Amino acid sequence: MKFTEEHEWLRIEDDLVVVGITEHAATQLGDIVFVELPDVGTEVVVDDEAVVIESVKAASDILSPLDGEIVEVNEALADNPGLVNEDPMGDGWFFKISAADLSKMDEYLDEAAYKALVE
Amino acid sequence: MITDQRGPDKGNGMSDQKRTPLYDLHVDLGAKMVPFAGYDMPVQYGLGVMKEHLHCRAKAGLFDVSHMGQVKLVGEGAAKSLEALVPVDVVGLAEGRQRYGFFTNENGGISDDLMLANRGDHIFVVVNAACKAADVAHLRAHLQAEIEVIEVTDRALLALQGPAAEAVLAELNPAVADMAFMDVATIDLNGAECWVSRSGYTGEDGFEISVPNSAAVDLAKALLAHDDVEPIGLGARDSLRLEGGLCLYGHDIDAQTTPVEAGLTWAIQKVRRQGGDRAGGFPGADVILGQLADGAPRKRVGLRPDGRAPMREGVLLFDEADAVTPIGQITSGGFGPTVEGPVAMGYVATAQATKGTVVYGELRGKRLPLTVTPLPFTPANFKR
Repeated sequence: MKFTEEHEWLRIEDDLVVVGITEHAATQLGDIVFVELPDVGTEVVVDDEAVVIESVKAASDILSPLDGEIVEVNEALADNPGLVNEDPMGDGWFFKISAADLSKMDEYLDEAAYKALVE
Repeated sequence: MITDQRGPDKGNGMSDQKRTPLYDLHVDLGAKMVPFAGYDMPVQYGLGVMKEHLHCRAKAGLFDVSHMGQVKLVGEGAAKSLEALVPVDVVGLAEGRQRYGFFTNENGGISDDLMLANRGDHIFVVVNAACKAADVAHLRAHLQAEIEVIEVTDRALLALQGPAAEAVLAELNPAVADMAFMDVATIDLNGAECWVSRSGYTGEDGFEISVPNSAAVDLAKALLAHDDVEPIGLGARDSLRLEGGLCLYGHDIDAQTTPVEAGLTWAIQKVRRQGGDRAGGFPGADVILGQLADGAPRKRVGLRPDGRAPMREGVLLFDEADAVTPIGQITSGGFGPTVEGPVAMGYVATAQATKGTVVYGELRGKRLPLTVTPLPFTPANFKR
C-alpha cells in the first residue's frame, strides 16, 4: 500500500489501483455526509478533481493521484457515506483506476513514511 | 489529494485571537479551536459536529457564546431612544421580557441583528461578535446623549440548549423553571449572579446565561457535570440554527437585505408600522414600511435539495434547469443531522418563493433541483 502526502492511500488489486483516504484524513474531515464519485469510464490525469467529500461543515476535493481510467466506484457510499469514517482503509474506498503507468506508484510514500508524516 | 477545504478558516494554532474566559476549559475538553470573529472558539469537541447536534436536540448542549457583545443602555428614556435605531416596539416591552430585533440602515438593510431585554433599570442588548464594535459606536453616536452605553466586558455568555435544559438548570436554581420563552431574570446560579434569558439559537428550548467572568468556568463545569449535558461547538451551533430556520448575520441577512425580504416582519410590531402610534422613525423606514405595504422583490426561503448533495452558501439558483439568469442564491446550506439530509436557506425572486416551488441550484457545473420548504426544518421546541 502506498500513501500520498495529501492523505490518500493506493492499493494495487488485480492490476487496478484502489484509492481511498486514510484514517487520519477521515478523522480530520469529521462526519462525512455525502460523497460525489466520478462516472465509471472517466479518463483522469493527476490532479484532476475526482471525488468531492462533504462533511457536515465543509466540502473537500480529492484529486486523482494517477493518470488512467476510472473503472469502478464504491456505489455503497451513495447510501452510506459514513463508511468513509467507519472504515476508511477498507469498505470506505472511493474508486478503482486502471493506471496508465503503475510505476508512478513508486513516487508515493510507504506506510512508515506516511506515519512519520502524520505523527 | 485532499485540497480546498472550503469550510471555516481552520487557523494555524498560532493566533493573536482573543480568548473567552472558557478558553482553557475548551482546550481541556479536547476542542478543536478556530478563529471566529476575532476569537479563538471551539468549532467542535470530541463527539464531532454530527453527534453534538443530535445530542443537543435529544438532551442538552452547553455553548460558549462569550464572544458576543453584551451592552447595557442606562438612563431615562433608553427604550424610546433605542426605537430610533430599530423597528421594534421597545417602549412596550415589559420588564423581564426580551425581544428579537435588528439595527437598520438608511437603505432598509440590516446592519446587525440582536436581542434586547427590559431589565428594569436598563435595556440589555446582545449583539453579534463581528459587529459589536460597530454596534456600540452606532449606539453611542445615535442614542440621546443622556443614555449611557456600557459595554459589558466582565461577563461571559453561556447557552444551555435542548429539551433537558430546564431540568438541568433547575438543579442549580428551581426558579428557572418558572421562566417562559423570552423571559429574562436575575438568578443566582452556582453562587453567581446571572442574567438569564429563556431563549437561544438552536430552535430548542433553553437558556442564555450572562455570568461574571470569574464564575464562568465553575458554572460551565457544574453544568457539564450533568449526565445530560455535552459541550457543543460552533459547527453544530451552525447546523442547529440552520435547521431551526434562524438567520446568521453576514450570511442570511446583511446590510443589503431588508427585514421584509428576510421574512423577519414578525419582529416589527404593529406600533412601529404604518398607522401605529410610533410608526417609522428608524433608519430606512420608508423602504421597510413600503415593502411591508407593497411586498418585496425577493424573499428568504427554506430550500431542500432533492438529492443528497449539500448545497452551500453562494450556490446560484435558477427558475429552470436551463435558465441563464439566476433568480437568487443560497446564503446558508449544509447537512441537517436531524433532518438527515441537506438543507439550505437563500433568497429567491418572490414569484418563486411559494412553498413547493422547484428551483435549480448550480453545483459543480450541474443544475440540481431544490424545493422551497417552510422554515423551520425542525419544529421549534420553545416553552411558550
